[in-house]
Amino acid sequence: MRYSAFKVIKEALTGHRGWGPAWRDVDPQPEYDTIIIGGGGHGLATAYYLAKVYGGKRIAVIEKGWIGGGNVGRNTTIIRSNYLLDGNEPFYEFSLKLWEGLEQDLNYNAMVSQRGILNLIHTDAQRDAFIRRGNAMMLNGADADLLTTAQIKKRYPFLNTENARFPIKGGLAQHRGGTVRHDAVAWGYARGADQLGVDIIQNCEVTGFVIENGVCKGVQTSRGTIKAKKVASCVAGSSSRVMEKAGMRLPIESHVLQAFVSEGLKPLLPGVITFGAGHFYCSQSDKGGLVFGGDIDGYNSYAQRGNLPVVEDVCEGGMAIFPMLGRARLLRMWGGIMDMSMDGSPIIDKTHIDGLYFNGGWCYGGFKATPASGYVYAHLLANDAPHPTATAYRFDRFAKGLMIDEKGMGNQPNLH
Amino acid sequence: MIINHPLLGPRDSAEFTYLGDASMIHRPNWEADDAVAQFAEYGYQRANPAGLHRELWFHEGGDRSWLVITRDTTTHEITSVEMARDVARAEGRTK
Repeated sequence: MRYSAFKVIKEALTGHRGWGPAWRDVDPQPEYDTIIIGGGGHGLATAYYLAKVYGGKRIAVIEKGWIGGGNVGRNTTIIRSNYLLDGNEPFYEFSLKLWEGLEQDLNYNAMVSQRGILNLIHTDAQRDAFIRRGNAMMLNGADADLLTTAQIKKRYPFLNTENARFPIKGGLAQHRGGTVRHDAVAWGYARGADQLGVDIIQNCEVTGFVIENGVCKGVQTSRGTIKAKKVASCVAGSSSRVMEKAGMRLPIESHVLQAFVSEGLKPLLPGVITFGAGHFYCSQSDKGGLVFGGDIDGYNSYAQRGNLPVVEDVCEGGMAIFPMLGRARLLRMWGGIMDMSMDGSPIIDKTHIDGLYFNGGWCYGGFKATPASGYVYAHLLANDAPHPTATAYRFDRFAKGLMIDEKGMGNQPNLH
Repeated sequence: MIINHPLLGPRDSAEFTYLGDASMIHRPNWEADDAVAQFAEYGYQRANPAGLHRELWFHEGGDRSWLVITRDTTTHEITSVEMARDVARAEGRTK
């Protein structure tokens, strides 16, 4: 079923009885060509692009719970491509371009809103670094715009530019950045993949891998053994738990990241603002809630909830730059589990086990990468070779010293 | 989280910074034939368990001692706090 204005009007006049489910609820077949483990944004996008772009057949996405119930359902919905390093920027710019065409491609309203993202500058050294990053972005075909304090004041008159410790001295804007309705991304990709014949199997937990003579031939699940020529793990947050079943240790620690939403307010924040020096960023959802967050808690966790010191830290950062935030009440807060990798960048690669592939290590930046992550992972699965924008995301980069470390923090996952 | 410091008693976890898996106490021998592979493993690969995890914390805002804490990563419950030097010596580190 294609969605259209005509269809909406027709259904409105006939009591909305013609809307069917957006995807089928299917039982697992005994065998597939490709099994994708993880029905989140990345897994569903992988299935969609594998079927659509690379002609994949007999594809299944298997999911422990329900689709979109993990990090794609609990992030702060920001899209951007403002990275510095060559290993990252072409990939994230590819992702932003896919976001720009996503809704037409999927025939699904994902509420992609290119309302712009602004990184605040407080010192001369930071301005130099941001100019360098902006130039690197433009060299890779992205947009970047250096704004003065006056320009920022015009757009965001309520910002405290005179903070004693972090006065605002300008900002690096990416006007094509913005926000997307996160759940709709999972649902849109699920519907698109389903229409291309992908089986989406929910409530099906992987309990082990079928590995014979160093070759992965399928997965054991809570709904029986399913054979496959290729098995693709795509479970960021739980990567170590799943890959441990194949005997692998990963260059990843799982950490909890908290996020917050205020009560609904009248429109006041037109774009996304990041106050990196104060560990705070904020946007306003279309429902009116201020969506904000800050740092990860900083210790290994699978608990999907954090602790109060970080809540205090985030709110202090917000109050420093954005004093009127103090008048808004906090409506909800939650935690999600991040694959924090050793250099702050993801891994999309074959494993040493033939037929077993890995996508993970997204740190706290996986949402914006969703379309490109799916696309390049599908490319890897179809061709056994990396997509041109993802050649650096290899397992062996750590042993070889080829880290993609945007922040220059070294092998300390809680600092990325 | 409250960390029950062996010398100082219960302290707020905000006084501490976190390093990671306590297996990092055992630095590989740089003279070993496979030292490069061992250091790659030591520096970058982690068990990252869901459940009990022995980990190194540093009392930065306190007495600056290193601790080995056993904590459940699924609940954040801390079941044991030891001085890292005692653990290291008991496990055979001499320096």
